[in-house]
Amino acid sequence: MSAFWRTFRRNRLAVVGGVIVACLVVVAVLAPVLSPWDPHRPDVKNILAPPSVAHPLGTDQLGRDVLSRMLYGARVSLSVGFVSVGIATVIGLMLGAMAGYNGGTIDGAVMRVVDLMLVFPSFFLLLAVLAFIRPSIWTIMAVIGATGWMRVARLVRAEFLTLKEREFVVWSQSIGASAFRVIWRHILPNAIAPVLVAMTLGIPAAILTESGLSFLGLGVQPPYATWGNILNEGKDAIEIAWWLSFYPGLAILVTVLSYNLLGEGIRDALDPRLRQSGRFVGRAR
Amino acid sequence: MLAYVLRRLILAIPLLVGITFISFLVIHLAPGDPTEGAGAGDPSIRNNAQARQMLRELYGLDKPLYTQYGRWLSRIVRLDFGRSFAPDGRPVLQKVVERLPVTLLLNVIELMIIVALAIPIGVSSATHQYSAFDKVTTIFVFVGFATPDFWFALLLMMLFGVQLGWAPISGLRSLNWEYLSFWRQQWDFLSHLLLPISVATFGGLAGLSRYMRQSMLEVVRQDYIQAARAKGLAERVVIRKHALRNAVLPIVTILALSLPGLIGGSVIVESVFAIPGMGQLMVQAVFERDYPVIMANLVVVATLTLMANLTADIVYGLVDPRIRFAARRGGR
Repeated sequence: MSAFWRTFRRNRLAVVGGVIVACLVVVAVLAPVLSPWDPHRPDVKNILAPPSVAHPLGTDQLGRDVLSRMLYGARVSLSVGFVSVGIATVIGLMLGAMAGYNGGTIDGAVMRVVDLMLVFPSFFLLLAVLAFIRPSIWTIMAVIGATGWMRVARLVRAEFLTLKEREFVVWSQSIGASAFRVIWRHILPNAIAPVLVAMTLGIPAAILTESGLSFLGLGVQPPYATWGNILNEGKDAIEIAWWLSFYPGLAILVTVLSYNLLGEGIRDALDPRLRQSGRFVGRAR
Repeated sequence: MLAYVLRRLILAIPLLVGITFISFLVIHLAPGDPTEGAGAGDPSIRNNAQARQMLRELYGLDKPLYTQYGRWLSRIVRLDFGRSFAPDGRPVLQKVVERLPVTLLLNVIELMIIVALAIPIGVSSATHQYSAFDKVTTIFVFVGFATPDFWFALLLMMLFGVQLGWAPISGLRSLNWEYLSFWRQQWDFLSHLLLPISVATFGGLAGLSRYMRQSMLEVVRQDYIQAARAKGLAERVVIRKHALRNAVLPIVTILALSLPGLIGGSVIVESVFAIPGMGQLMVQAVFERDYPVIMANLVVVATLTLMANLTADIVYGLVDPRIRFAARRGGR
C-alpha cells in the first residue's frame, strides 16, 4: 500500500485529478449549503440574466440560478457515475468469474454474450431500453450499468484464467476448499487491481453517457437539475445566452478529465505492467 | 485465405441471430403489456385500440414467447419491419432505407479523416517522445477524451455558426438549394457537413492517435528495428517501412472496436445538427414510442457494426498472415 502511495504521489497530474474529484464530492454533498439560491425557484424578473454578482453563472429561461442548479447537478452526475459503475462491476465480476473459473462451455457461452452485447452501439441500445422504461435517476443508473459490464467481465475472465492455474489456487482446491471459497479468498483478491482501474475509468464514461442522455431529453427529467439537461435547455438559447451552455459542459469536461487522470495514475501505481496492455480510457459511446 | 473468410462469415451467423434476439427482448422489458403507451407521440394513437391491435398482431403478443420470436424473426428475414406508429404510418423499412445512406456517409468520412490524421500524429509523437509536439498532443488527447460531444457541438455552433456566421448549423442543405448551380450545391452540402464532422472526429481522433503512439513506441523497442538501424538504413526508412507497417496492424483491431462508439455518436451529432440520419430517427422514435422503428433501428445498426467488424477481421487477415494461420490452428 505504501509503495502504491509513493508511486501515485509522484504523478502530479493524477494527484491534481484526485483532489478535484474529492472537491467535487464535497461540493455535491454540501450542495444545499453552498447554493446561493433555491435551484427550483423561478424568478420571472430575471430571465436569462447574464452572469453577475448575484448570479455568478447567470440564470436560465425561468430565471433559476444556474450556479445553484449546477451544484445540485453535481449530485446527479457523481451518483449516477458511482452507482452505474457499481452495477456494471457486480455483473461483470460475476459473469467474468464464472467464465474464467469454469472455462469450457460456460466460458464460451458467456464470452459469446459479451461479443453480442458489444455489437450494439451502446447509445442505441440505451435509447431503445429507455423508450420502454420511464427515465428516472434510478432507471438511468440501472440501464447504464446493465449495458456497460462487458469490459469488466472480459478483464476478470482473463485474470481468472491465469490465476486458476497458479499453485496457491491448485493447493487450496486440493485440500477440498469449495469453489466459492477459492474464488472469494484466493483468486478475487489477486484479480482486483485491474477491476479497480476499470471502475475508476468507467465512472467518467458513465457520467458522459448520463449527461448525453439528459442532453437529448431522455435522461434524468426536469425539474431535477443535471448538467446534461441544463445544456438541453441551453441549446435552445445559444444565440442569446452562452452561459447556459458553456458552464455545465465545462463542469462535465473538468469532472471527466479529473477522473481519467486519477484512473491512469491509479493504474500506473497499482501495476506498472498494466501501463502497456491497459486499455486507454473508453469513450461512453 | 478463402477458408479464413468463410470461417469468419460462419462465426458471424450466431451473432446475427443474437442481434435479433436482443432486439426482440428489449420490447419485453416494458412492465405490463408492451402495447400500453405505444405511439405516445401521437395523441390520436395513444392507447388507441387500433394501434394496440396492430402491435399484438405484429408480435403475436397473445402467443408464447418462442412463437412470438419465431414469427418476428421470419418477418425480419423477409425485411418486413412492419409499419411506423407515426401519423404517416409508412413502412419502417422505407424510413430506415432513406436515412441509412446519410449516417453511412457521415461515418465513412469521419473514419477516413480519423485514420488519415491519427496515424501521422501518433507516429510523430512516438518518434519525438517527450517533445513539445508530443506534449501538446497528449494534452489534446486527454481533453478530447473528456469533452462531451454535444457540448463541443454547441460551442462550435455558437462560435462559427452564430458569432462568425461561417458555417451553417443545421440540416444538410440550404433552403434555396434547388436554385443553386451544380457546384454551388456541392459546396453547400460540404459546408453543412463541416461542423458535424468536426465534432464527430474530435473524440475518435484523440483515441486513435493515442493508440497509434503507444503501438509505435512498443514496435520501436523491438529487436528487428535495432537490426534495421544497425545495418545502416536511413532512420526514415526504418520508421516508415519497418516500424510503421507493424505498428499499424493492431490499429485495425482498435478501429473495429471503436466502430460501435462512432456509430453511436451519430445519435448526438445528428440530433444537434438536425441531420436526417439513423441517429435522429432513433431519437424521434424513442420520443414517439414508435416501437417498430426502434426495433428495426437496433437490428440495422447492430448488423452494420457486425459487418464493419467482419470487414476489419478480413482486412486484418489479409494484411497479416499470422492471423490466418492462428485461426487455422483453432485459436480465435
